[in-house]
Amino acid sequence: MTDKPCIIEIDGLWTQYGDTVVLEDVNLCVHYGEVLALVGGSGSGKTTLLRHILGLETPSRGTVKVFGVSLHEGDPRSRVDLRNRWGVLFQGGALYSALTVFDNIALPLRELHVLDEASIRTLVRLKLDMVQIELKHADKMPAELSGGMVKRVALARALALEPELLLLDEPTAGLDPDLSDSFVKLIGDLRKELSFTVVMVTHDIDTLFALSDRIAVLANRRLVATGPLKNVMQLDHPFIRKFFAGRMAVAGA
Amino acid sequence: MTDNLVESNTSPVLREAHAADGTRVLELMGAWNLRNLKASLRTLDPGLKAYAADPTLHWNMQGIAELDNAGALLLWHAWGRHSPENLTLRPEHIGLFDRLNTLSETTLPHSPHDLLTPVILLGKRTLSVADHVQGFIALLGQLALDIAHLARRPMLIPWREISANLYRTGAQALAITGLLGFLIGVVLSYLFSKQLRIFGADIFIINILGISILRELGPVIAAVLVAGRSGSSMTAQLGVMRVTQELDALAVMGIPYSVRLILPKVVALSISLPLLVLWTDATALLGGALAAKVQLDIGVLHFMNQLPDAVPIANLWLGVGKGMTFGFLIALIACLFGLRILPNTQSLAAGTTNSVVTSITIVLLVDAVFAVVFSDVGV
Repeated sequence: MTDKPCIIEIDGLWTQYGDTVVLEDVNLCVHYGEVLALVGGSGSGKTTLLRHILGLETPSRGTVKVFGVSLHEGDPRSRVDLRNRWGVLFQGGALYSALTVFDNIALPLRELHVLDEASIRTLVRLKLDMVQIELKHADKMPAELSGGMVKRVALARALALEPELLLLDEPTAGLDPDLSDSFVKLIGDLRKELSFTVVMVTHDIDTLFALSDRIAVLANRRLVATGPLKNVMQLDHPFIRKFFAGRMAVAGA
Repeated sequence: MTDNLVESNTSPVLREAHAADGTRVLELMGAWNLRNLKASLRTLDPGLKAYAADPTLHWNMQGIAELDNAGALLLWHAWGRHSPENLTLRPEHIGLFDRLNTLSETTLPHSPHDLLTPVILLGKRTLSVADHVQGFIALLGQLALDIAHLARRPMLIPWREISANLYRTGAQALAITGLLGFLIGVVLSYLFSKQLRIFGADIFIINILGISILRELGPVIAAVLVAGRSGSSMTAQLGVMRVTQELDALAVMGIPYSVRLILPKVVALSISLPLLVLWTDATALLGGALAAKVQLDIGVLHFMNQLPDAVPIANLWLGVGKGMTFGFLIALIACLFGLRILPNTQSLAAGTTNSVVTSITIVLLVDAVFAVVFSDVGV
């Protein structure tokens, strides 16, 4: 595994707000093509780590490289290009509330300034088709959508630019088990079709089992384990034991 | 035999060749994805369309390293929205074109152009105004019910909220209203004294400033400032509370938000605005008196002594009464618009703007009504 190149490379990352240390010496490599799940208790710094990967936070120490490009130094042009190569699904969807579903998905495509309107329309229809949203909903405002639909539209928007890397923040939070299963299946199917790398933050054990190739466990501000799910589950760490307590029996049976 | 159009490792490549049996073959290579197409899209498109015009051409796409929806769409458009007869694909790319071919032909919902649009728009506006008037009356009724309810159970009166609103809308507005009042007093006094000196009627500066400030300018300036300052914040606060379901949370706890949020705002502004009017009057008169001292050499003390004789006290009460009415209206309109904000950013922006514009317009309208009704009082 280690010989593959890293799509995301985090090296000695520290985050500190005043006297509060949020992340302590985090090192992580996400390989091309894999699905890495980031798990950890509330307040363990999962979301902060994801925000670092997205370049929304500046590290106190250490570096974060995505596609081999550092997020905080170097040529601004390449850092902008980098943002066209990933798609992000925020926890609450973060759809632009003033734009319709169609315009939300069309926005990143229009911002490229190379595609004509007819192509954009077809591409948006394709994306809606992919996430199984009917065309009649395209004219709706985000406020008129149900929680599950918001997630799917946000996923369509994240996929608009054909990303090589998809970042998901709690993809199934707030969805009922049925919707959550179908959303996980949707991501799995799309991944087979479009072969992107996925990094996701999740609490949901079902999602972990269904999607992830490897998991990274954050506890007490540090990355305590990384590896395939099976190996991590064997580890003797209080957080890991508690986290998988319900599932151990099932997996062992 | 072959002629290269573009040659690069990753960018999309077209290469024309001839097979052994003499058919024309077009080989596509490189990465046909959005990222690599970005640069060459405009130059590729006409070339592809020219090739697509030949129906016997064989498209060999096995050399394509990467293909995504955007690349597939570009080719599909060039082919005239269907796959060509002679096409060789990599197995993993078949799905992309299948998806395009099965894409439903229904077009996206499209708002049709209608000649009647202006009429419909006018009708909608009118209905919206009627709707707002109805909402205003309903809110007024709710307020009356709340007051009746609180009169029977005085322990439920939200004193803390009223006091907090008094501080925010009144005490915190003292600096800006005072400054503006003072400056307007100075400006008016300068302008009037120039005119009065022509007629040698210097002493009438006291009458003119007294009447205009106490009766009109003080209340209107304070009201316009407060509408912009407190009205907008009330609308935004209620709007955001609606968007974040805080109003629903209050309702399910059995805390009526009309009593906790609207009533304190209306009561507080009905008290603080007349007080702000008095304060604005005072600073405006002070500014006017200072300017009169400089321009006309009328002493400030003399100015103040003459004021009660020159201006009937009724004007002051009229001004304070207006302040109370304006405060009541501004708070009620702000709450009305705040409660009607929809859960999106644009509605919040539009609602806040409409709230301020409406309350200032209403204030000026009501001021005109006051001028007509009380035309015999105090002058």
